[in-house]
Amino acid sequence: MADLSINLAGIKSPNPFWLASAPPTNSGYQVQRAFEAGWGGAVWKTLGEPILNVSSRFAAISFNGQRVMGFNNIELITDRPLEENLKEIYETKKRFPDRAVVASLMVEPKREKWHEIVKRVEDVGVDGLELNFGCPHGMAERGMGSASGQVPELVERQTYWVKEVARTPVIVKLTPNITDITATAEAAAQGGADAISLINTINSLMGVDLDTWNTIPHVAGKGAHGGYCGPAVKPIALNMVAECARHPRIRIPISGIGGISNWRDAVEFMLMGATGVQVCTAVMHHGFRIIEDMIEGLNHYLDEKGIASVMDIVGKSVSKYSDWGDLDLNYKVVARIHRERCIQCNKCYISCEDASHQCIERCIDENRKEYLKVREEDCVGCNLCSIVCPVDGAIEMIEVPSEHPPMTWNERQAALGRLSGCSVDIKSL
Amino acid sequence: MEQSRLEKNFEEVEPGLTDREAMEEANRCLYCYDAPCIRACPTGIDIPAFIKKIASGNVKGSAKSIMLSNPVGASCARVCPTEELCEGACVLNHSTKPIMIGKLQRYATDWAIRNKEVLFQAGRKNGKTVAVVGGGPAGLSSARELARLGYEVTIFEAENEAGGLNTYGIVSFRLPQNISLWEVNQIKSLGVQIRTNTRVGKDIEVNELLECYDAVVLAVGMGKVPKLGIPGEDLDGVYDAIELIKETKTKPLTDRLVGKRVVVIGAGNTAIDAATCSVRLGAENVKILYRRTKEEMTAYEFEYEFAKQDGVEFRWLTAPKRIIGDSKGKVTHVECVRMELGETDADGRRRPLPVEGSELIMPVDVVIKAIGQERHIELIEAFGLEHDHGVVKVNPETYQTSNPKVFACGDVIFERGKGEAMVVVAAQQGKEAAYGIHQYLTKAVSETA
Ligand SMILES: Cc1cc2nc3c(=O)[nH]c(=O)nc-3n(C[C@H](O)[C@H](O)[C@H](O)COP(=O)(O)OP(=O)(O)OC[C@H]3O[C@@H](n4cnc5c(N)ncnc54)[C@H](O)[C@@H]3O)c2cc1C
Ligand SMILES: Cc1cc2nc3c(=O)[nH]c(=O)nc-3n(C[C@H](O)[C@H](O)[C@H](O)COP(=O)(O)O)c2cc1C
Ligand code: SF4
Repeated sequence: MADLSINLAGIKSPNPFWLASAPPTNSGYQVQRAFEAGWGGAVWKTLGEPILNVSSRFAAISFNGQRVMGFNNIELITDRPLEENLKEIYETKKRFPDRAVVASLMVEPKREKWHEIVKRVEDVGVDGLELNFGCPHGMAERGMGSASGQVPELVERQTYWVKEVARTPVIVKLTPNITDITATAEAAAQGGADAISLINTINSLMGVDLDTWNTIPHVAGKGAHGGYCGPAVKPIALNMVAECARHPRIRIPISGIGGISNWRDAVEFMLMGATGVQVCTAVMHHGFRIIEDMIEGLNHYLDEKGIASVMDIVGKSVSKYSDWGDLDLNYKVVARIHRERCIQCNKCYISCEDASHQCIERCIDENRKEYLKVREEDCVGCNLCSIVCPVDGAIEMIEVPSEHPPMTWNERQAALGRLSGCSVDIKSL
Repeated sequence: MEQSRLEKNFEEVEPGLTDREAMEEANRCLYCYDAPCIRACPTGIDIPAFIKKIASGNVKGSAKSIMLSNPVGASCARVCPTEELCEGACVLNHSTKPIMIGKLQRYATDWAIRNKEVLFQAGRKNGKTVAVVGGGPAGLSSARELARLGYEVTIFEAENEAGGLNTYGIVSFRLPQNISLWEVNQIKSLGVQIRTNTRVGKDIEVNELLECYDAVVLAVGMGKVPKLGIPGEDLDGVYDAIELIKETKTKPLTDRLVGKRVVVIGAGNTAIDAATCSVRLGAENVKILYRRTKEEMTAYEFEYEFAKQDGVEFRWLTAPKRIIGDSKGKVTHVECVRMELGETDADGRRRPLPVEGSELIMPVDVVIKAIGQERHIELIEAFGLEHDHGVVKVNPETYQTSNPKVFACGDVIFERGKGEAMVVVAAQQGKEAAYGIHQYLTKAVSETA
């Protein structure tokens, strides 16, 4: 059994799986049930001035019969009184001293407001703070959440205010609703944040009802944009985590969030630089019990790889994530179709014919049987055929030796630059 | 028929799921909470959890979840009447079609078998010893749980290998022997000693066990097929169904039945297995004679369908009166009589009665008896246990017998008239007997402490 415990900027938990600040962490009852099930930590549903919620708040996208591929909400922060939450945080921490209990906070962008709430939650014994600069709806219209989170100076300043009084580690939760998330991540680091967490939800409109023409969801016939999360957002979140992880000026730990549904997703986030992960939608879909497979699956994975501690995988893929200009232009793969596995749906053929490089041929063998063959010299190795192929292993992407040594775009440009020393017109090359 | 054809006939009929089939099926599972399938499984396997683990790629964890609840879960994946159990309870019966739970269970356990996984470890030794008499599903299951609880367990098994009917009694084309033997090895890997070729009551005395062990599990199942009680039973060409099947699982297949006309007497799973076995051994024609009707037949529906597909014929309301042989003592005919159903019996089934003057004579070469199994009365009495016609009496919660030191489980406590015995039930009883012993022995400790 590997050691699954993590230490994220000084916040320790027995495993890397935390509940994200969201409905599953709304109350002591829920968080304690989660801890009983095995969750390593929980970020409490965001605390702040009590708010009012609307009725009908969620919507989800099914994809080909699978439910909740993506999830959307227009819920705000906690609607329960602060005192009640604080009392339950205290009780929960007392019952589960080894688990990480982090308070998520959101107040008006005023120094004294931040000071006040930080002191109050730290007094009940939280292990850390998470500043919610991410919520994209409702609170943002009041200048909080992602309205703060989209402006690097506001992120930096508010983080700084919190750090003035905080005694526990401070995590800044970032909004993905911004062109370059590293700008706000860096601002958080500048402000003194001990860690960042990302992503919060993405601005979204789930759909429009074809009969009523109402938005989905709607509140008395009116809709407003919500926040998107769940399995569908994972690739977006993973990229943002990776971008922060490889950024030279963001040198603080990352708590990965967004579409994590099982142990495999968690491993991917950790390899891409997250020290731990947070989960919301998967728990909303299935309940706290999913933690059993997450822990066991991660354990088996590490054992199989002979890795003693989960902390040893953190960031192991970050150096493999780079800029386009650093990719080897001379590396080449081509598709190969394994005839014996092919079921002849011709999906690859039509994709290649209509949407790629027309290099799959429909052939007939000596027994008048149809088969498909890739003209390898024309194949650009785009992967499209292997993506649409419904049979595992029928199309394999094979590395073919290149006649040229590796050369990236950047290297190529540099080489050309050197040539330009001899005043050659680069454009015409 | 050449040997290789015969051998092919005895290969497992049902193919396992491919990776993709398993993935698609696993993702179709709704992952219900407090799922009805769990309650419908006698061993209470956490079915949604093991299926979710297949979907997440944690197949080892999936196999563990299965085998934790059911120490013979790989065999059960193949022989459970799933449509009456887990799959019958699947909520998707109401909307689309039930999840193939048995096949997913097989997928996960096959993976564990292929990867030579050892799934469990023994608990810290508690210094107590238990003797398990009989290494079938019930005995193995109790041994596994006892070993996990820290007991030092010795299984006494009369046969050459443990596994009971899973190893010797259920036809290979439904349950290959290596599956059962893998389960036996899982139990050995917990440090359980298995003394094979050791028949209790013959090779080792009952008293010795009672004296040398802190508790005893009696899990000897049932015995051979009883006599039909009609003339001609000792003729050459009359077989005991279980013996016949055992032969196909232990010896090279013979061409003895090639081209022969076979009748099987009985209509339980044993009869079906003997009939399909005969077909696969090359018999020209196989008939099952049953003195009641299809409605009273105890064989599972899937077994019945399977036999029909194999070309087995059914003669309902037909009972044998006498087996006729030639001068060399070889079977040539069976004389049968037509039956009709009379009053309802104590066991709730209508009693079959012969129809006067309806006798008919069937030319046959082979008669296979499959009318149930005998009871180990002698052994049960040697243990001095209360029983009802060889069915050992137990406390239904603790599985304790009239001798407080002895616990019984599996077919040895299976009551007549309760349909068909099941591997999965024997496995569950084995677990519960283990917990019964644990309770009994720890209570004894706390009382003396
Ligand atoms: C032909 C046939 C087909 C079946 N098909 C199915 C099916 O499809 N599905 C299903 O669920 N169930 C089926 N069953 C029933 C199932 O096999 C039994 O219910 C189950 O095996 C009972 O387990 P057990 O451990 O109680 O007994 P057994 O499996 O009978 O094991 C008892 C063990 O005790 C040993 N033993 C006996 N006496 C002694 C002694 N004196 N000393 C030491 N060892 C001894 C025996 O050698 C044997 O290994 C079938 C049964 C038969 C006969
Ligand atoms: C209904 C709902 C309410 C949420 N409320 C909060 C919140 O109060 N504070 C917060 O920081 N994030 C909130 N989130 C965002 C989640 O914490 C998380 O960042 C996001 O859902 C992505 O993770 P997931 O894909 O695992 O769901 C909420 C998400 C949902 C679905
Ligand atoms: S052991 Fe049998 S009843 Fe239980 S889940 Fe498996 S196949 Fe179904």
